[in-house]
Amino acid sequence: MKVILNGEPKECPEGTTVEKLLDLFKIDKNRAAVELNLQIVPRKEHAARILKNTDVLEVVTFVGGG
Amino acid sequence: MLAADRTGEKFQDKKLKVGKYEFTSRLFVGTGKYPSMKIMAEALEASGTELVTVAVRRVKINESESLLDYIDTKKYTILPNTAGCFSADEAIRVARLARETGMSDMVKLEVLSDEKTLLPDPIETLKATTVLVKEGFTVLVYTSDDPVIARKLEDAGATCVMPAGSPIGSGQGVLNKNNIRIILESAKVPIIVDAGVGTASDVAIAMELGCEGVLLNTGIAHAKDPVRMAIAMKLACESGRLAYLSGRIPKRLYARASSPEKDF
Repeated sequence: MKVILNGEPKECPEGTTVEKLLDLFKIDKNRAAVELNLQIVPRKEHAARILKNTDVLEVVTFVGGG
Repeated sequence: MLAADRTGEKFQDKKLKVGKYEFTSRLFVGTGKYPSMKIMAEALEASGTELVTVAVRRVKINESESLLDYIDTKKYTILPNTAGCFSADEAIRVARLARETGMSDMVKLEVLSDEKTLLPDPIETLKATTVLVKEGFTVLVYTSDDPVIARKLEDAGATCVMPAGSPIGSGQGVLNKNNIRIILESAKVPIIVDAGVGTASDVAIAMELGCEGVLLNTGIAHAKDPVRMAIAMKLACESGRLAYLSGRIPKRLYARASSPEKDF
């Protein structure tokens, strides 16, 4: 299936959870926050939340800023 | 260690309290725009800061270097900003995401009006402050140097009010000292000058006025030697604070001799 991750279409297997998606794209879970279809997914729900085709994810972290 | 510590306990300052957080250093430093991450880390160290600002952005897939590899979160408190937000709703969204990382419940709230001036939008800033305070954030709010809006932000529950000395990244220093004085007169929360610092004397001026601290980024990051400038900013912050606590002499129009005028 296909999801939109940070604006780009990405392939992932059916049944992929938020946590598995982060692992798949080597994103450091301890430094990221996830928004799924504009709703924050709390960290403790990452392992249980299963993604659907066409889901839109925003994954953010901290960068340099003033 | 602060320079004042070397002169003994007698001159030790009280800590700067920001909500549940306490800081010995009164300099807050940004992490953007340094020539390299390595120089940034050295500059932060040299500045003596204990609180660093960061921005919230999309994770770049397949990028190996992370800002957080260069920031020891045991040593520095992280203050995420809402830079780049032009409405209360956007800023609230970014603040919630920042908190969700689990690294900080603080937010440097900035809601800007337009890209050219980067001046804060006072109405949207006040709206966002009200919402984020209700949600339990420690809100350090960036604002203009207008005493009226500063007071309203305090009334809305901001932990810290942070008026701009001058526009972001402009290096013009504290342009309206009188407004900062008026803000300080009635404020019951810490007032931190945020933005516009160009060089060390700008920091000293803000601290001499009685501000509780100064937040800066570009003044260090874009200096030709950021690490050396970080030291200068640290010393200026301490000097300004010491001068404020010492109580300066009043300004006079005419001279007053320092040596005895009689018995010669």
